[in-house]
Amino acid sequence: MSPEFTQGQGAAATMEPQPITKVSIIVSKGWLDGVYPALIMANGARMEGIEANVFFTFFGMDAINKARHDAIKVATVGNPGLHLMTWLGGVPGMSALVTRQMMKQMEKLDIPPIPEFLELIADSGGKLYACKASVEMFGLTKDDFIPQVEDIITVGEFYAMAAGGQIIFT
Amino acid sequence: MTTLAAVPRNAEGFLERVEDWDRDIAREIAREAGIPELSDRHWLVVNYMRDTYIATGSAPTIRTLGKESGVQVKELYALFPKGPAKLAAKIGGIPKPKGCI
Repeated sequence: MSPEFTQGQGAAATMEPQPITKVSIIVSKGWLDGVYPALIMANGARMEGIEANVFFTFFGMDAINKARHDAIKVATVGNPGLHLMTWLGGVPGMSALVTRQMMKQMEKLDIPPIPEFLELIADSGGKLYACKASVEMFGLTKDDFIPQVEDIITVGEFYAMAAGGQIIFT
Repeated sequence: MTTLAAVPRNAEGFLERVEDWDRDIAREIAREAGIPELSDRHWLVVNYMRDTYIATGSAPTIRTLGKESGVQVKELYALFPKGPAKLAAKIGGIPKPKGCI
């Protein structure tokens, strides 16, 4: 072990961990298990008084898309976490069935459906953003999104906004 | 009158015993958390938290709080900026809410 390394380790050990004051969460997936963890973590941050930004990009934008966010489902094809046989996951209606069961379970825990959850986060002071490159790629406008969406921003603007905080990718 | 200094609290400042609570203690905890004066709206939330805990054994979630306490989520965060559910629980003398929501 080099002397520098030992020294570095010692310095790290004596440093007090700083509380998290800001998180910026990136949502890039448009299925239920891509969206919910991000919303739970954003809301949880606000509950602790932590500043929270949520940046929706690629298919993650479905969560804030007025026409689509009611119909976000659990992907049953190619989702090993479900422990379903591959062919069974592709049976028509399977995704809807699994989604319904999961939503029922979440309602028991007082976890709201996605549209209501986004309102809750916005009302809590969490900020919602759409990714400019993705908006252009999919040919969308601000009108396609729920009114709680603060703005359509570039990746550069996202990083500027995230400065000094933690970035979480879900 | 009981004073806050006389009742046992945990490391985070929550009362150890629900029955030690009274309105003066609530005011003292609020002041300690940076709320100099508890308004009627604060009391509405604090009482709802406390009543729910005593009736059900657990604190309401922020979602239920916003829907049923009579104070909506936006106002909850204006009244208790550093996390309404936890702060209202502390002021109400009940344990820290455990859920993720």
